[in-house]
Order: sequence, then structure tokens, then C-alpha cells
Amino acid sequence: MNLLADLWHILWSVETLTGTIRLSIPLLLAALGGVFSERSGVVNIALEGIMLNAAFATVLATHALTHPAVGEVPGGPFADPDLLVFGMWSGVAAGMAAGVLTALIHAVVTVTAKADQIVSGVGVNLLAIGSTQFLCFKFFGSTSNSPTIPAIRPWDLGDFGQSFLGQVLFGYSPLVYLAFGVLALAHVVLFRTTFGLRLQAVGEHPRAADTLGVSVGRMRYAGVLLSGALAGLGGAYLTSDVAQFTQNMTAGRGYIALAAMILGKWTPGGALGACLLFAFAQKFQFALRGAPSPLLQSIPSQFTDMIPYLLTILVLAGLVGRARAPAALGKPYEASEA
Amino acid sequence: MRGITKVFPRVVANRDVDLSVEPGEIHALIGENGAGKSTLMKILYGLQAPDAGTVRLFGAPLHPHTPAAAIRAGLGMVHQHFMLLPPLTVAENVVLGQEPARLGVFLDRDRAEAELLALSERYRLSVDPRARVESLSVGQEQRVEILKVLYRGARVLILDEPTAVLTPPEVEELYAILRALKAEGKTVLFISHKLAEVMAVTDRVTVMRRGEVAGRVNTRDTSREELARLMVGRPVLFAVEKPPARPGAIALRVQGLSALGHRELPAVRDVSFDALAGEILGIAGVEGNGQTELIEVLTGLREATAGSVELAGQEILRPGRFRKTLRARPNDLLRLGMGHVPEDRHKRGLVLDYSVADNLVLGRHRLREFNGFLLRRGGALLAHARERIASFDIRPPDPHVPARALSGGNQQKIVVARELARDPRVLLACQPTRGVDIGAIESIHRRLIEERERGKSILLVSAELSEILSLADRIAVMYGGRIVGTLDRIDANEERLGQLMTGGAH
Repeated sequence: MNLLADLWHILWSVETLTGTIRLSIPLLLAALGGVFSERSGVVNIALEGIMLNAAFATVLATHALTHPAVGEVPGGPFADPDLLVFGMWSGVAAGMAAGVLTALIHAVVTVTAKADQIVSGVGVNLLAIGSTQFLCFKFFGSTSNSPTIPAIRPWDLGDFGQSFLGQVLFGYSPLVYLAFGVLALAHVVLFRTTFGLRLQAVGEHPRAADTLGVSVGRMRYAGVLLSGALAGLGGAYLTSDVAQFTQNMTAGRGYIALAAMILGKWTPGGALGACLLFAFAQKFQFALRGAPSPLLQSIPSQFTDMIPYLLTILVLAGLVGRARAPAALGKPYEASEA
Repeated sequence: MRGITKVFPRVVANRDVDLSVEPGEIHALIGENGAGKSTLMKILYGLQAPDAGTVRLFGAPLHPHTPAAAIRAGLGMVHQHFMLLPPLTVAENVVLGQEPARLGVFLDRDRAEAELLALSERYRLSVDPRARVESLSVGQEQRVEILKVLYRGARVLILDEPTAVLTPPEVEELYAILRALKAEGKTVLFISHKLAEVMAVTDRVTVMRRGEVAGRVNTRDTSREELARLMVGRPVLFAVEKPPARPGAIALRVQGLSALGHRELPAVRDVSFDALAGEILGIAGVEGNGQTELIEVLTGLREATAGSVELAGQEILRPGRFRKTLRARPNDLLRLGMGHVPEDRHKRGLVLDYSVADNLVLGRHRLREFNGFLLRRGGALLAHARERIASFDIRPPDPHVPARALSGGNQQKIVVARELARDPRVLLACQPTRGVDIGAIESIHRRLIEERERGKSILLVSAELSEILSLADRIAVMYGGRIVGTLDRIDANEERLGQLMTGGAH
């Protein structure tokens, strides 16, 4: 009975609930980014590299702005505890900016140079792994991790914050609420604005859009750069969770986000559902590791670690039914054919 | 347009072309494939820049040379391949690019739908603004395309081969629409190579041949024969000389055949027919009524769900490996003698980057005569290619050039030459003259009749009624995946077939 009680506890605790929400946020932001990029017709597996670069940029900027004075070295401009919050939000902005810059590489290569979108994405991802490691060593003297930075904390709500509702509804970093705001905004932008209509048009039938005077290149740049900003925000969120940069800290979240976006049929709402599913799998995996039941603990961690990735593969292999991708997804647009 | 010249790396597409269209007329631009009509229209619409010459719209030069400027100047293009977004609604498709907006950013769907309804009433183009385009028929899609250009305030409408995909009744509706447009003061530029339509609906005609203007005539003062002569440069025989058929034994027997199409929906439903040696059996029908899927089953490209197909008395459908389906095997087809001229020669008829010689031997490339111990026998391949090229008058007569470099008509001749080289018992000829110029049409038609005379059985699938009527000895009409009627040629006429093709009278 111990085992079942354990499992029950793992599945239905405040911890699991809030953990799932927390873990879903970086996936959700990156998946929303993926929606914008792919709706415009550009496959974006560079989400992974975008998040990683953004995570590093967030840590670097936050550290530079907030590190305390040590001996001769003066502190950052926001080292004062009252000003810390400026430093932290500047770090988030830096992360988004790094995301946009990384996405710009992908956009130039795929939209302007019309290169293969998968190859470009792989290139961006490998570049991000190498460059963040290099820069981490350069600035922090270690390839594996940075010093810790101040993290954005949940609001202090006193006793109510400790209650069940308080924890489940308000126990998160403000970035979480920002992410849900972004989700709603993404839905409106995609389905209720002229911009969204044009974005879908270039992803679905770029020639049709072109003949109507919609610039395919400009819309695709917009889609890819937006995905950079959103995945960048996701990367920034990752660092605020653990308060430092560690080598390859995205650990495939960009790819999982991509899978979630497909499972969500290229819609923001669908992406949310899929991200919650994947986040739950991750949380479940962590919880199994800490479970008190010896039987559960005896499962080698290598197996439990697989759960989110295995789920990703199963989902992508079509267990959930095929979704319809934007018709021109992955195809560079040639303005004129001879 | 004055003195338009456009040179591509290999060909001069337009040479010193003048085209002038008067306001309020229906003007036809006709010519064979490759005559330069499409290039001229792309230049007019701002999609391509001319190497020389000027484009003036209502007296003002087109500047800058972009589609956006052309649209502003009052030009609208109804493309041959529709430029529609299937998952979006009719209203969204129509307003894309010039959307009515609230607060500058939010798409105003109500206004889009209202404006669309106003337009469709004025020009009698009925559509449902909220329907998704993927659920529309081809004729309805074309109406959406016309509404798109009207919404943009077009005063001149360019229609590129507008009837290619329409059923006969839909063509009549289109004529009515064009006349309504003219009555409202719009100018229509009508691109076509079908002379009957040109005679039926236009006021003036400009004929192009090999990149140059070959003639300008008033429709009232001309005839089909004159237009054809201008297009081709020599008199053309419209009637195909054909002795009466002498049908023999059953070559191909199809019974109770059913198959699924796209999205796993039934596409071929309980189809039965016999094709006899020494006759041409025409399969008529509007495209998308199961003809493609039927041919795919017969050639082993698609699995059947039920039925039987006997070729030369032998059953060729065998159980599929995984599902409860039946499928023809390529080896059986080759052995028993099935030839196939596919409807899409680029996708299925040719390897475009292979040489003419290699394309001519595809399917028979494993034969002894073409292969040595390890290597292919280049000499035998070339000799075979030269013989085929000469026999079918393929131009240029060079076995080494890639198939891609040839014109559509010559590419089609490669396919026909290769399939007939196998000396098949049954030849499936699918849209054998689509996108082929009049000269090549004549030669391909003549070949098909010769093969019939040699006792072959020919299954002619064509969306062109005139082709079916001039070649076929018997005509089966497909509608909704079924054969809804089989007529002897003597009993068939356009009207009767048109009824059957649209599921009218049985």
C-alpha cells in the first residue's frame, strides 16, 4: 500500500501541481515562439540554441549589473538591494535581446540566403553550446557554471502565500504570469489581427501572399524574430529558476517545446496543453527520484530520466494523430520561377 | 505594353511585343504553350521586369515595376493555379493584404464579410464569406479569385487559362460573369489556348507565336481556323482522321473496383468496365472524380479496397502486405504489357535531370540488350534513343540533353515514345496532351490511333471533352468515383457528356 500511497502523493500534491506549472513555462514560451516562426513557414529547431544563448545573456547581464562590490572592484550599478529588481529585469530584457539576435542568424540564413532550415537550426544550436561555454569561461572562469545571480522571487503575500490557494495561484515568479499574458496575446495576435492573417498566409501559400503585395521575406523575419524574443524569454526564465547558468542548461527543452507545438497543432492554446503534459512528465520524473518508497527509488534514474523524452518521441511518432502543418513549412520562397 | 522584350538564359520569351487593350473590352491573348503569354503577363503584372520596352496602364507608366504598383494602377490577376489559402475563410482570403482593421491592427471580420457580400451581389458572384476555402468546389474557388481582384478595385482583370479546371456548366457561368464584368465597365484580358472559348466570349484577339505577336484580329471578323493558323504558323487539322474501330478480345477487365483517395475517403466506387483490343476507351469526367485514383490502382501506385483487375486474362491485384487491401505489382504489369502515360509527366513520367536517352529507357533499363557484365552498354542505349527520337520527332534531336531542357510537348513525346517502345497490350494514356502545343497534340493523337489500328487497347483519360470526342470509340463518364454512363461515340455529344459529368441525368 505504501507504494500506491506514494504514487498518489506524487501525482496529487501541491508540489506536483506548482512544479508542473513552473516547468511548463520555459516550454510554453519557446513553443509560442515556435508557433510564430512555423506559422510563417520557417521550421525553427534553433529554439534550443536561442534559449541557451538567452539564458547565458540573462545571467551575464544580471551579474554585471548586480554583483556586489568586492575590495577594489566597485559593485554593479544595481548592486543596492533596493535596486536589485531593475538589474534582474534588465537581465531578462538582455535574454530576450540575445534570443532575437540568435534568431536573426537563423532568419538571415533561412529567409535571405534560403538555406535549409533544419541545417541552419542545427548550426545555431551547436554554435550556442560552444559559444556559451566559451563566454562562460571568459567571463566567469569556468566552462561549467556561472556564479549565482539574484533571482526574481514570487510576491510576498504573508500567510495567504503559504495556504493551498496561495501556493497554487500566487506562488510563482512574476515571469510565470507574464508568460500567461504572452500566451493570451499570442492567440489574439495570430487569430485576430491583420498581422496574424498575413503571417499565416506566408506560411500557407507564400506566392499567393506575394501576389497580394504581402512581403514574404518581411513576414518571415517577423515570425522568426518573434520566436527569438519568446524563446529568449523562456531562456531567461530558466536562469531565474536556478539562479545561475550551467553548461547546456536547456537540456533539450527547445526540442521538447517544438514537439509540444506540433502536438498543439501550431496553436497557442494547443501548445499550452502540450507543454503542461510534458512539464508534468518532467515533474513526475523528479518526484520519482525523491519518492520515499524504496521500490520507486530502486528504479534506475536513467530510466526515469527518459520519461519526458520518451513521451516526446511517442507523441511525434503519431500516437496522438497527425496534425496539419502550414503548407509551405520548411520551404524557402523563390520570388520567381523561370 | 510596347516593345516588350524578355530574354531568359536559354530562350527569348518575348521579342518586341506590343499589346494594347481598350477599356471595357474582353480581349483574348492566345498562343501555344511556350509562346510567351505567361511571361508577358508576369511582366504586365510587375512580377518580372522586361529587358526592354514599357508598360503603361491607363496612360501612366508602371512604376515601380512591382505587383503592388500594378494593383494600385487597377490591375488584377486571376491566376491559373489559384492563389488561395485553403484553411482560411473566403472573406479572409479576399481581404488578405488589404484588410479592413479596427484600431489599425485588429482584423475587422464583420466589415470584410459585409464588403464581400456587397461585391458578390453587384457582380452576381455568389459565395459564402464564412466558408473555408478547402470546402469549396473549383468553380467557387475561381469566383473567390475574381472577388479578390474586384475587392482591390481592379479595373482590368487578367484571367490566366480560366476554364482549364471548370466543368462545362461552370464555363457557361464564367462567361456570364465575364459579360457582367464588361457591362460594369471592367476590362478583361483573357489568356487561353482554347479557340472555342475565345470565339464565344471575346471582342478582340492578340495571337502570340514564339515570343512575338503573330496577329491582332477582331473576334467578329475571324474564325477558329484562322486563329489556329496564326498560333501554329500553318493550317491545322481539327478532325482526326480515323478509320472505324475493329474491336477484338477483352484486354483489360475491371470489376467492382473500389479504392480510397486522399484523407482515406472513397475515391473509386465499384467501378467495372472492359477495355477491348483495337479500341480507344475514353474515360471522361471533371478532374477529381476518381479518374486519377482509378489509374493509380491500375498502375500499382495505389491500393484497392475491393474488386478485380484482369490484364490479358490474368488477375493482377494481389493482397497487400499489411492491410486488407489489393495491389498491382509493377513486375506483373511489365510482364503482361501495361503502358502508362501519366497525367503529371514531371512527377511521374520523367526524371527531369536525366538525359533524354536515359528517360527513354526507364522501365526497360534492366534488359539484357542495354547491359553488359557490370556496366551499361552506352552504345545500345544511344542507338535506341536515336531511333526513338527520329521516330517521334523529338526536338532537339540530342539524346544527351537533360529532359528538363525540352518543351512540354517534346517531353510528352519522350514519355509516349518510351511507353510504346515496350509494345504494351494496354496503354493508359492520361491527359496525354495536357500542356502540349497543337503540333505535338496532332502527332500524339496520330500515334494513339496507329496503336489502336495495331490491335492495342487504349484507355484515354482526359478532362478535355474535345479530345475524348475526337479519339474515343466508346466513352465512360466518371462522376463521384463511379462510372455513371458508358456511351458509344455515335451516341455521345458535348451536351450529353456534360450532363453525365456533373451528375445530372443518368
